[in-house]
Amino acid sequence: MQSRAQAIHALFDILADQPVIVCNGFPSREAQKIRDRAGTFYMIGSMGVAASIGLGLALAKPDQQVVVFDGDGNVLMGMGTLATIGAVRPKNLTHVVFDNEVYGTTGNQPSYSRVVRLDQVAKAAGYATVERVWEREDIMYEFKHMLANDGPHFLLIKVNEQIEDADRVALDPAEITKRFRAAVEQGRTSNS
Amino acid sequence: MAVVDSDDFVKALQDLGFDFFTGVPDTILGGIIEVLSDRRLYTPSVREDEAVAMAAGAFLGGKIPVVLMQNSGLGNALNVLMSLHLIYRIPCLLIISWRGFEGKDAPEHLVMGQTMPQLMETVRIPYRTLSSETLVDDLQWTAQTFMEQRIPVALFLKKGVVKTIQP
Repeated sequence: MQSRAQAIHALFDILADQPVIVCNGFPSREAQKIRDRAGTFYMIGSMGVAASIGLGLALAKPDQQVVVFDGDGNVLMGMGTLATIGAVRPKNLTHVVFDNEVYGTTGNQPSYSRVVRLDQVAKAAGYATVERVWEREDIMYEFKHMLANDGPHFLLIKVNEQIEDADRVALDPAEITKRFRAAVEQGRTSNS
Repeated sequence: MAVVDSDDFVKALQDLGFDFFTGVPDTILGGIIEVLSDRRLYTPSVREDEAVAMAAGAFLGGKIPVVLMQNSGLGNALNVLMSLHLIYRIPCLLIISWRGFEGKDAPEHLVMGQTMPQLMETVRIPYRTLSSETLVDDLQWTAQTFMEQRIPVALFLKKGVVKTIQP
């Protein structure tokens, strides 16, 4: 099984200009360390609403493919949003969930995703595509396919508990907003 | 006191540039939500924290968002307002129905109904209470505060100010 950081690497190898919303905690810290880009919105608080932010952005920008990097604890906290996405069905939303089955940022307390299949919840909620993957090649194959087709898509990536040694998000939150908003407006999100 | 037509109220919001609407229903907001839904401007949320986060995403995509909610939902939304909107400088207009105003409502509304203004002052979200007489001024103040401070701004809506559908 891969680490989340390895999975993020694989996704960034495919991503071009698509805006990305990253959930709070280590996922944001790792994404910043692996590849800082203007088109990544790093969350530092408001756990549980990464997919809601992604949904709002997808509705506002129907011509851009919006990507959300989420975690199992986050999805469980805002599980109602799977219903909203399943009902609203934005074609341009890809919801990636790194599932390590723990609350890793706070000390690996177990999460319910080890017994509740989040991919099946997403499927029941009405996502157009739902996949559960472990390996790098499968991550890349499915992610590429999702970005090229109508969603909403749900990509559950099973990862191990390893955490990358990554600093806190360096940018001031207001600066993140300004930079991200400008990048989305210009449709150019890949360089900072 | 004249009752504001829901249609006129929505039009006034649109004239100020508001172009993204989400929320969770309340009877006081029923008329407004009906008009918004008829015009396909409204995306329903399942929780108020989801609603304000969706509004934040819409703002990041260039929209000027409005969130409608009952004041009980303010409790659900507070963490997102405090750890997303207020620190990231993401504005949105909150239209909050004032259940429990002056203690005249069902028991579940009384504590929030009584403490809502203090709660907003504590978290430093500017607010006004809408009335038909001051509507134009209230809305202009809202838009101005929204753009200048880039934070959430709230309008409290009491029963009988904007026309609603009969339950």
